[in-house]
Amino acid sequence: MEHIVIIGNGIAGVTAARHIRKLSNKKITIVSAETDYFFSRTALMYVYMGHMKFEHTQPYENAFWRKNKINLVRAYAETIDTQNKKIHVKGRPTKFYNKNIHVPTVDGEWISYDKLVIATGSKPNKFGWPGQDLEGVQGLYSKQDLDLLEQNAPNNDRCKRAVIVGGGLIGIELAEMLRTRDIPVTFLVRESSFWNGILPKGDSQMINEHIREHHIDLRLNASLKEIVSDGNGKVKSVIIAETGEGIPCNVVGLTAGVTPNIDFLKGSGIELGRGVKVNRFLETSIADVYAIGDCAEQQEAIGHRKPVEAVWYTGRMMGEVLAQTLCGNRMEYRPGHWFNSAKFLDIEYQTYGWVFPERRKKDSEIHFHWRHPQQKICITVAFDKDAETFLGINTFGIRMRHQVIDHWLNEKRDIDFVMAHLADANFDPEFYKGFEPEIIAKYNTDLGKSITLKKKSLIRIFQ
Amino acid sequence: MNSNTHNPSMALTGEPPKSLSTGQKMATLLGMAGLGILMLAMFNVNFPNQTFWLIVSLSAISIGTLWFSWDAYAQKLPGIKNDGVWFKSISNRGFWAWVVGLALTGFYIVLYFYPEYLGLVSGGENRGVIALFDPLSQLLNGNPASQWFVYGTLYTVAILIFGVKFLWKYRHSRYQRLRTLSVMFFQTAFAFIIPELMARLNGHKILDGGSLPYYDLKNVWPLNYYNFEGYRIKGFLSSGDIGFALLIFAILSIFVITPILTYKYGKRWYCSWVCGCGALAETAGDSFRQLSDKSTFAWKVERWVVHSVVVFVTLMTTAVIYSYLGTDTSKYWLTKSTFLIGVAVLLTLVFGWAMIFKRDQLQKDAQYGAIGYFVIILALIGFHFFSGEEQVFLFKSETLRKSYSFLIGSIFSGVIGTGFYPIFGSRVWCRFGCPMAAILGFQQRLFSRFRITTNGGQCISCGNCSTYCEMGIDVRAYAQKGENIVRASCVGCGICSAVCPRGVLKLENGPLKGRIDSNQVLLGNDVDLMALINQK
Repeated sequence: MEHIVIIGNGIAGVTAARHIRKLSNKKITIVSAETDYFFSRTALMYVYMGHMKFEHTQPYENAFWRKNKINLVRAYAETIDTQNKKIHVKGRPTKFYNKNIHVPTVDGEWISYDKLVIATGSKPNKFGWPGQDLEGVQGLYSKQDLDLLEQNAPNNDRCKRAVIVGGGLIGIELAEMLRTRDIPVTFLVRESSFWNGILPKGDSQMINEHIREHHIDLRLNASLKEIVSDGNGKVKSVIIAETGEGIPCNVVGLTAGVTPNIDFLKGSGIELGRGVKVNRFLETSIADVYAIGDCAEQQEAIGHRKPVEAVWYTGRMMGEVLAQTLCGNRMEYRPGHWFNSAKFLDIEYQTYGWVFPERRKKDSEIHFHWRHPQQKICITVAFDKDAETFLGINTFGIRMRHQVIDHWLNEKRDIDFVMAHLADANFDPEFYKGFEPEIIAKYNTDLGKSITLKKKSLIRIFQ
Repeated sequence: MNSNTHNPSMALTGEPPKSLSTGQKMATLLGMAGLGILMLAMFNVNFPNQTFWLIVSLSAISIGTLWFSWDAYAQKLPGIKNDGVWFKSISNRGFWAWVVGLALTGFYIVLYFYPEYLGLVSGGENRGVIALFDPLSQLLNGNPASQWFVYGTLYTVAILIFGVKFLWKYRHSRYQRLRTLSVMFFQTAFAFIIPELMARLNGHKILDGGSLPYYDLKNVWPLNYYNFEGYRIKGFLSSGDIGFALLIFAILSIFVITPILTYKYGKRWYCSWVCGCGALAETAGDSFRQLSDKSTFAWKVERWVVHSVVVFVTLMTTAVIYSYLGTDTSKYWLTKSTFLIGVAVLLTLVFGWAMIFKRDQLQKDAQYGAIGYFVIILALIGFHFFSGEEQVFLFKSETLRKSYSFLIGSIFSGVIGTGFYPIFGSRVWCRFGCPMAAILGFQQRLFSRFRITTNGGQCISCGNCSTYCEMGIDVRAYAQKGENIVRASCVGCGICSAVCPRGVLKLENGPLKGRIDSNQVLLGNDVDLMALINQK
């Protein structure tokens, strides 16, 4: 029986394992040092905020793995011997004995494989800042980071102020988390507006306002110069590069993006770039070794997508594709139209297709922006200047129906069609007030058009 | 302090987000003072001016609760307010949860079985708490209060004040606001005021001098399992055209009105928009919704228990109606045997329809259960016909009625269902016990336009939806596969959709075709891949 060894029990590795099991009777082993069971990484914030307990972040019951004959090994993968097709793993003792989990000794043992899947995810970026390894400095990625945060910032007595460095999705999540415990937060964002490397100006501006509305001390155009020690190896303060200002704090959150977690592969002979280099079949440079999820780097970017995509659903999709390949149906990884979502404090954000920010967009990409006069709701729609093809949409505080927009992108609909049928794409809960009339009115004024809004049609939506 | 010696769980004690503000502490004190007056009355402290002290007590409870909620939610930005839910002792099965659970359970036991401790004096002047409510009862229905009047008043007050709390908590969601206003309205008007006013008509000439039974018009059999008992039928039939119309309405409610509404909107139109049990669960029980058991084991128990209750209530009602019907066709067209044959035919039709047209949508154990129960009921009816055995279902109808009323009507729906809110969550009765919910659920699962749509590929498996599902549905298990959620037990409260951080879930009514996804769609995926994944 073929033995498939998967390193990493995140969404990519676990999806691959589940689908291999659906398709075959192969022996499957998942190696992870982080946790006994798969959990949703994106939900860690809710554990600190008290919305959920850690076990709620685990999508499958504990008996699931044994029932599906998926072997779990709690260990670090240390070395990969691709010649003899085996990996060396060192045990990481769990708190309690668990009959479902195999824990190797701390000296380690060898596990032989027929096919090896690397799905080790990411780790937080550190850019060599002075003081970045002091006690109280941490990222927010793993279960261990969550436990560390519970130690570093249990309350506003032990953590009088936290400084967060890096204005991305994890940074704003960390700020939201700390604010639930009334911990004062200073948020250093290098750019002139929050996440404006991704969001157009109007969208980004609204989020700036919302961050401040939550009493978070947002500092734009501010980057970290150094983290100052208190002399006992703990954080005392940070110094801002642009102004030289020192901010006393007990915790520093480093949230300036993530990097593939592949240090243990150096010297293995597997070709590495930023991540593990893979072709469209998710095969690495060495036979029978594959890489999926955050740690994989496409040799050539797919469409406008980045070669390394640290996104939940791409990990899932790569797992699904690789399971096909490993079960005898060699398959190319072909993600469809780009989409994503996030939540900025109270504001839900969804994006479908491509809406580029000012600094990265082509001149042919035109944006239409509408913002609610009082509430924190806005949308930005991108379309092509000449052909007027619909390119993508960002919505804030409005939910959109993925299926409908995916359909429009496939059909390469023009912007007028999209605007006229906007109500079909609305996915807000029932009885919500739709803002389509206001949006269309502004669209007509801005672009000198005279579109009339079509009423929402169940027949079109469920066609 | 060295971080190794630091104990994070200790550090959480009394700190945000679980700590109470000064305002909240004072509000709690005020509410407790109001409850204290009721307690004193219960221990027979005589209050000289009942009207005055009742007003003081209910006002203190209401203002305390409203003040607390206002302090907790109204001043914050609109959005999801679940910070610290699992840190608080009351909402995480801690010390206070057990205190409240035991107090509520105790209250229900006294209410159902020892009303004299509340001060009920039959045929004499009430004492204690019940006496405190006499003036209000006199005002509404012209009679002294009973323990049920006290319970009804407190129940309504709870729904109203916790309803306002819910409105503040979810003020960003229009669905939640309208739904909550709806349950507050139906409780106050239909469950509380209208039946009391109807009682004033008793003996009046528009009822031909008859007396109507106490009737909450929105309560449908089998939730009000007693609706067709002999004394009530007599009441309806003796009350002229109005009484007769009400009886017809009660029958239409079961066979016409509820199926149509459930087909159009799912069972939520009842369970989370109209029903009184649902109203209490959604308002006063909101803080406990996350405590429901999500395991597949609990789901299995739920299916067997709730459907067994349906069988029980059907047998019991059949036996009760049978017991007072006559045998002589010349006196009244509906006789014992016509009635039994009618029940048998109806059950056969429903069973046959589900088994012939919907079999592929029923789980294995559902099929076995349905066949088993069906055979048993028909065998009992047949046995009765051919053997001349006097009791239709082996036991006396009165024994069946009393057991049902004790086990299901009192213990299950009251003592366990509400008393254990802080331990098992707010919908234990609705999920495991309510036969009405089971029947509507059967319709919802097999014949309704309602579903919760999953939005393409946006789900990140975070688990907020499953955690906050009061019915213990593992919503995430469907959402992460891109599958619509079509579950018999879903009451359509809409909280899964509200707490979803990625806008994945939407409750909606749409065409039956494609409602239950045999083809799961995870958009963004390659189409060929999805075809392979969906191969069963």
